[in-house]
Amino acid sequence: MLLFLEQLLNGLQFGVTLLLMASGLTLIFGIMNLINLAHGSLFMVGAYVGATAIAHGSGFFLGLLAGVAAAALTGMVMEFVIMRRLYRRDHLDQVLATFGLILFFNEMVSIIWGRQPIAMDPPAFLSGTVEIIPGAPYPAFRLAVIATGILVTGFLYFLVMKTRIGMWIRAGASNREMIGALGVNISLLYTLLFGFGAALAGLAGVMAAPFSAVQSGMGENILILTFVVIVIGGIGSIRGAVAGALLIGLTDTLGRVYIPDLMRLWLPPSVADGAGASLASMMIYILMAVALAFRPRGLFQTHG
Amino acid sequence: MLAKRKKAALLGAAALLMGTCAAGISAQAAEPVKIGMITTLSTGAGYLGDDMRKGFELAISEHDGKLGGADIDLIVEDDGLKPESARQIATRMMESEHVDLMTGIIFSNVAMAVVPKVVRDGMIYISTNAGPSALAGAKCNANYFNAAYQNDNIHEAMGQYVQDQGFKKVYLLAPNYPAGKDALAGFKRYYKGDIADEVYTKLGQTDYAAEIASLRAAKPDAVFFFYPGGMGINFIKQYAQAGLKDEIPLFGPAFSADEHLVDAVGEAAVGMKNTSHWSPDMDNAASKKFVAGYFAKYGAKPSLYSVQGYDAANLIGSAISAVGGDMSKKDDFRAALKKADFSSVRGNFKFGNNNHPIQDFYVREVVADPDGGYTNKLVGKVFSNHVDAYASECKM
Repeated sequence: MLLFLEQLLNGLQFGVTLLLMASGLTLIFGIMNLINLAHGSLFMVGAYVGATAIAHGSGFFLGLLAGVAAAALTGMVMEFVIMRRLYRRDHLDQVLATFGLILFFNEMVSIIWGRQPIAMDPPAFLSGTVEIIPGAPYPAFRLAVIATGILVTGFLYFLVMKTRIGMWIRAGASNREMIGALGVNISLLYTLLFGFGAALAGLAGVMAAPFSAVQSGMGENILILTFVVIVIGGIGSIRGAVAGALLIGLTDTLGRVYIPDLMRLWLPPSVADGAGASLASMMIYILMAVALAFRPRGLFQTHG
Repeated sequence: MLAKRKKAALLGAAALLMGTCAAGISAQAAEPVKIGMITTLSTGAGYLGDDMRKGFELAISEHDGKLGGADIDLIVEDDGLKPESARQIATRMMESEHVDLMTGIIFSNVAMAVVPKVVRDGMIYISTNAGPSALAGAKCNANYFNAAYQNDNIHEAMGQYVQDQGFKKVYLLAPNYPAGKDALAGFKRYYKGDIADEVYTKLGQTDYAAEIASLRAAKPDAVFFFYPGGMGINFIKQYAQAGLKDEIPLFGPAFSADEHLVDAVGEAAVGMKNTSHWSPDMDNAASKKFVAGYFAKYGAKPSLYSVQGYDAANLIGSAISAVGGDMSKKDDFRAALKKADFSSVRGNFKFGNNNHPIQDFYVREVVADPDGGYTNKLVGKVFSNHVDAYASECKM
């Protein structure tokens, strides 16, 4: 039972990492109507810049800031130089262009930092464990990730529901032409929004760096899951992103742990382990198929 | 309507992502021996192939662009860790580039998509890393040589070591792909105690929190894990962060503790025992020359992947020299390869009946490198002239 609680916590933490990625991406996708495959590259930029700054003695918080700022800046430059030209184009053009950007960024970090992964340790005050569940010391940094996720979600809720910019964003999600006609500077709003989404991806990158390898292509794995999250949640919906991220985080984690065990009930262990692992990695896609069968436009729909 | 179009576009997006990116680099020379190298240069495991290529190219540059007296045209292509794209590249190399031999694949799942087909079509393939069990036994082939190891070997050595150290209850983890299964099979062939649990994770998984929680609950007295590249970095870091480093010792093959991996993991990896067919501090002239030459050329420490690339190139050189650079003498070329007449940086090296190496295996320990970073130090020898478990099933 305690182990189950610990696994729930693991699932929650994974969900939160996905949420940081998904909330930015769903805003960009839903409001700007732009598919950005290079969102994972912004995650990578955040991780690389953060890890490098910390390796040069900036300290954790300054490193975090550097990573987030670098991702935001990269995002805004990307929007200004490339994305602007794509808003009116077909989705396929956007996919091709941003896929090209993935290749560009992966090669770029290989050129700057080399192909070897680089190291980043959690800050000293978060490197220990906390025994919140008796007998299962939990890494303090993972708790910090969960806390960051909750804070960011709260901030997003406040930003989208309570501020003027949030109102524009919601208006933009409902009817883009209309808010342009009402005199809102759409192109500035888009650049800011894109930069904001990029900053969230960068934040996710820096927060993921201490427990994962900082290396070229690190953003792609998480990007695929992020797209699954926003499709399940409903494109453009922050609430959907929250629900989708937690659903995927929990399904993936609990599936990995318990499906092989379940399979062992009626299969010999050697077959059950392999088949269980394969089935576990399919779980989230099965979940997506089921969710879309019942709610074709996602759990939380925004606009037509 | 809009949402529907978005979803269609997303599907396209996913297909592209799962698709491939192959970057080609080629060198030109007059009437040279053409070597097609398919390897993994991108994704988190990109540094494995990159190290292997560097080792291979070091051997060529030590002989002024030649191997065995012949000019070498090395064509390198990135498989992106995708079996299907490796297969396309292999077909292109054979049919339009007409390479004389092929080499370079790092991952066993990629190798299984390419090697059986190309050797059946008469191409000579020399493996610089992957050594799946399926190609070592009954399905061995006269055109297939493995200059690295048979997959099980390094894990067998660790099984023996863990057994000798008196551990009674070991927890096993590996990725769910052919080499992962070979790894655990190899370990269990020599370790005779209890298995606390055996876990297969998705290839390329980045977060191991759930596995580590289950592991702690199973209370093993040792952990054996096979996670090459970025997976290993993630696992060891997360294991240490969960406070388990000083409670339950970690054991693994050298793939879980190569020189770059331990540099990226840092302090959390220190003290980890791992088995290999080579160690950077090995006391033989060829190895010392190789380590110094590698550092001089690339400013980096070589890993076992670099060693395998370097040895494979020198092996190829020995056979090219035996046929006087005439690659049409295929039978003579194969016979010369089989003699393994080159000085391996691993010391003992010869081919068994199934064209897989018979070599020694050692235990190493991760230590802080006095010159900065982290490295491996030799602890002792586990096996001498070790023959793989499948050799007897091969009818060659």
